[in-house]
Amino acid sequence: MASPEKIIALRALIAKHKRFDALFAALGILALSIGVFTLAALLLNMAIDGIPRLNADFFTSFPSRKAENAGILSAWVGSMLVMLVTALAAIPLGIASAVYLEEYARRNWLTAIIEINISNLAGVPSIVYGLLALGVFVYALGFGQSILSAGLTLALLILPVIIVATREAIRSIPVGIREAAYGVGATKWQVTSEHIVPYSMPGILTGVIIGLARAIGETAPIITIGALTFIAFLPPSPVGSEFPFLSAEWLKSAFTVMPIQMFNWTSRPEEAFQKNAAAAGLVLVVMTLSMNAAAIWLRYRLRKNLKW
Amino acid sequence: MSAMAKTEAAPLYTKAESKNLSFHYGDFKALKNITLPIYEHKVTALIGPSGCGKSTFLRCFNRMHDLYPGTRYDGEIRLYPDDLDVLSKTVDPIEVRMRISMVFQKPNPFPKSIFENVAYGLRVRGENRRVVLDEKVEEALRGAALWDEVKDRLKELAFTLSGGQQQRLCIARALATDPEILLFDEPTSALDPIATGSIEELVSELKKKVSILIVTHNMQQAARVSDYTAYMYIGEVVEFGDTKQIFLRPKNKQTEDYITGRFG
Repeated sequence: MASPEKIIALRALIAKHKRFDALFAALGILALSIGVFTLAALLLNMAIDGIPRLNADFFTSFPSRKAENAGILSAWVGSMLVMLVTALAAIPLGIASAVYLEEYARRNWLTAIIEINISNLAGVPSIVYGLLALGVFVYALGFGQSILSAGLTLALLILPVIIVATREAIRSIPVGIREAAYGVGATKWQVTSEHIVPYSMPGILTGVIIGLARAIGETAPIITIGALTFIAFLPPSPVGSEFPFLSAEWLKSAFTVMPIQMFNWTSRPEEAFQKNAAAAGLVLVVMTLSMNAAAIWLRYRLRKNLKW
Repeated sequence: MSAMAKTEAAPLYTKAESKNLSFHYGDFKALKNITLPIYEHKVTALIGPSGCGKSTFLRCFNRMHDLYPGTRYDGEIRLYPDDLDVLSKTVDPIEVRMRISMVFQKPNPFPKSIFENVAYGLRVRGENRRVVLDEKVEEALRGAALWDEVKDRLKELAFTLSGGQQQRLCIARALATDPEILLFDEPTSALDPIATGSIEELVSELKKKVSILIVTHNMQQAARVSDYTAYMYIGEVVEFGDTKQIFLRPKNKQTEDYITGRFG
């Protein structure tokens, strides 16, 4: 039986140990608030400067030498079109690579090297992708300083993100489901296309959106391949009134994107252009945050049917 | 020998048999020279302590081990009447799995509707005609004693069913394609006693249609549902025979110790 002295000693010991809990909790809150406050201050600052400029004209005007007339029309249209190319290129390539690595590839030294390289690719500075794209897409393949080149460059940049996310999603499918499908006589392709890929969709979509959210803010590689900073026209429309109604001319068009427009304005000496840059920054942040929110929502919705 | 006669009212046919079957996970020899018949329209139970190779042996019958690298079969499993060597490199495992179905330890329905779960095996075979699917799905669900419970909710997700119902759904999925042999890998280990009872009844009922090989860690279950029993220990079949004989008059001392609970 425990004596009263022992119990008192025990309580003293627990109280002493618990002091570290309190200490770490305080340190943790401090560390966390540094990040949160910095971000909040940044956003607030941008909002104060930028919100007065956010009106309909700002979204429907081309850049101008007069700050009060300047808008982000060519920039946001450019960003959207580049993202479209990026998504169309990166999603199928990323999913196919991941599915091949997980389901089809033999486990040998070659696949091991490929796997290590994919993880490393995610850490390569984005400007290096820009240099690569300048050589390959712009010159060697002759795509020029176009939306196509920019979209493909960013696709390369986010490919590792999509591959890693897809592989994680595939690995989280229980082995029992896979065996059940093979057990009734399904082929590898039937298992992949009817089970593995559909059940991985929540994870894949999350990876895709997080990748796109990163790509939309990228500046360095786009500057490297030669995006223009002053564009007062829109790319040709992809839908036309004459046969064949669809046109790919827009892919070859010169362009600018949101972060470049912003960069251009911040480098101007006039105060009014700084306000424009803040407003454009705000729009860009909202775009990125809403993409992340969409990723969270989609994951939640799609996971509801997958209970394991 | 494709068929064997026995002094009973109905003749006893061998549906399949393993001959000198050994199996390796890498360097580890998990099964050692197993020779065992599976009789047609009978339930054969595999019993033995954990790690003795019961499930490994069962999973040879539908080539499940092919899904994992570093596994190797030696010897053969003959499937009759056509005398097909299930384990032969020239035999496609998909063909084997189309003839020999499996029910797993944990209920593993697909995250699809109840209907689509049962229909999946038929769809894999290219059957997409609605009338045929409807008919086959109903037949399989009736066979698995689940039809009355789910007939009004076929479009609901399989996860809305209870654990025991999910396992019967998995049995229906395996039955829908008219397999010749049904493999059960400890089908009740994740279920409560009532659900276990209904699965056991079902197994006894199903042997009218198919030949059954069942792995169980529960000796009472083996005694209740099986006609033949094999006792395995460290990758070998120690004793095989009529279930009554194995449980009442085991010839081997080790079998007796295991069955009476002195060992295991």
